[in-house]
Amino acid sequence: MSNHPLIELIDIHKAFGPVQALSGASLSIMPGEVIGLVGDNAAGKSTFMKVLTGVHQPDSGEIKVNGERVTFRDPGESRRTGIEMIYQNLALAPNLDVVANVFLGRELLRHPLSLPFISVLDENLMEQKTIELLQRLKINVKSVRLLVEKMSGGQQQAVAIARSVAFEAKLVIMDEPTAALAVKEVGKVLDIINNLRADGVSVIIISHRLQDIFNVADRIIVLQTGKTIATRRTKETTMDEIVKFIVGGVQPELSQIASGR
Amino acid sequence: MSQNTDTAPDASPNGIMSKFRFDMNGLGMVFIIIALCIVFSWLNPNFYSGTNLRNVARQTAILGIVACGQTVVILSGGFDLSAGMVIGLISVSSSLIMIDHGLVIGCLSAIGIGLAIGAFNGIMIAKAGLPAFIATLAMYSAARGLALIISGGLPITDMPFEFGWIGAGQILTMPVPALISLLVFLLCSFLMVKTRFGRHVYAIGGNQDSALFSGINVDRVKILVWSLHGGLVGLAALVLTSRAVSAHATLGEGMELESIAATVIGGTALGRGRGSILNTFLGVVVMAILTNGLNLINVSSYYQMVAIGIIIATAVYVDQFKRVKS
Ligand SMILES: Nc1ncnc2c1ncn2[C@@H]1O[C@H](COP(=O)(O)OP(=O)(O)OP(=O)(O)O)[C@@H](O)[C@H]1O
Ligand SMILES: [Mg+2]
Repeated sequence: MSNHPLIELIDIHKAFGPVQALSGASLSIMPGEVIGLVGDNAAGKSTFMKVLTGVHQPDSGEIKVNGERVTFRDPGESRRTGIEMIYQNLALAPNLDVVANVFLGRELLRHPLSLPFISVLDENLMEQKTIELLQRLKINVKSVRLLVEKMSGGQQQAVAIARSVAFEAKLVIMDEPTAALAVKEVGKVLDIINNLRADGVSVIIISHRLQDIFNVADRIIVLQTGKTIATRRTKETTMDEIVKFIVGGVQPELSQIASGR
Repeated sequence: MSQNTDTAPDASPNGIMSKFRFDMNGLGMVFIIIALCIVFSWLNPNFYSGTNLRNVARQTAILGIVACGQTVVILSGGFDLSAGMVIGLISVSSSLIMIDHGLVIGCLSAIGIGLAIGAFNGIMIAKAGLPAFIATLAMYSAARGLALIISGGLPITDMPFEFGWIGAGQILTMPVPALISLLVFLLCSFLMVKTRFGRHVYAIGGNQDSALFSGINVDRVKILVWSLHGGLVGLAALVLTSRAVSAHATLGEGMELESIAATVIGGTALGRGRGSILNTFLGVVVMAILTNGLNLINVSSYYQMVAIGIIIATAVYVDQFKRVKS
């Protein structure tokens, strides 16, 4: 591991109208490190990561890649820097097949009849590369020409992961990758994350399932109402401690009102 | 050995089916077309005559051009209510330009105005965030008003004589409008199936967020889609004006609904990014045969409108039914 971080997010603030979604969220990640990002519902986890992928622009705060300050105006820019995100709603196009989804936004082209001024999709090459990619990740699908909407939730998740690592990603962000999966499929996703780490790829995994986080993460970062309140090495903490951090900010009176309903 | 290359018949990797997105729906349409031809030929032998079929092709060509653009727009998740009135506006304005500046500039202006109006619609929808329904309804009204202001509500007829060739001419016994329309279908189909642009249009129609998160410049693609459609509407206005031998503000009336109908009957779903140009070609053919056949057996056009309404509702119902089942 090199000793300067791949990505740093420093004191990010973001409001949606009256809702202050982020108010001092920070995080840094080393190459090949796996971070678990946890927090209560609406703590701002997804928003925090969407700031990093250029979906949202921060109101204030800094983003650094390899120590250099950057701004991402749209997801294309952050993707070209090697940052990939698997969104909570999967973000696949259901009406397209696996090949089209894996290459969406980065289609391979060829010139038919060697005409320099016309370029068309190179379907054969994209298909072949998709098959290789899925084999490398040990992902089984019936056919790479199957429409994504015809696949199970687990298969769709696998396609989304394959898509995110297809192009030399440096950082893969996964928002609740295991929430909708059966136990066996969860193991598969965690295996893929371990493979990524072995390849030197950094991973940020957002999850409410702490056992999954404790399984794969090197470090855990807790977000509470839009603010980073704790960072712990997985080896040096316990689930109890993390749970306390997650719910810790809730005032006793409020929690009684909440549970009294 | 490779388990990824599957043997499922509906998903053969390079099969013609997947390349042309030509599903069972398309096959069903072909059967419907054959059945309609048999029924109408039996009811009126004139149906099958070369003269009649050429006539059908000539009449349908213009709808075909508009329906191509409409299909691309619908595949991207929008739809256009303004096409008919924009045709009228382009018809009168480009005819006046043609009378002053000659044939070539007149023809180019028709397509140019179409492109500009399309781009304007696209910017309203992509950048200003108006729903397509509102943006194009507003354009419908504005275009109609402008066309009536420019023409004073009167037909314009002093275009050069040669202009009539576009609508009435033939090349090797094929009507020129039909050839233009066929070319448009081929080009649009190529664009949608073979190019990155087409792939991005489908992606936006299927899941706009996914397209955006993939780094696709959604706004740009949408504006291009609407511009393309606008250019085709301009071309349709040109052919229609030439065929009518006069320009008029209401020349394209109803074309917006007919083009949506042809698209939907062809099996392209509203707002889900599913369907194809080929499907729309079949939808246009069905509409054309129906209209012509019903004319030949003396069914009044009022009843025809009712029939087309019923067919649209049925087509959408069948589509939804299939979706629930799968
Ligand atoms: N696009 C948006 N517009 C307005 N408000 C938003 C938007 N996105 C998020 N929010 C608000 O910001 C806050 C943080 O939401 P966010 O989705 O980041 O939370 P989260 O930690 O990912 O929650 P969950 O665990 O439920 O996924 C919430 O109050 C949410 O309603
Ligand atoms: Mg979330």
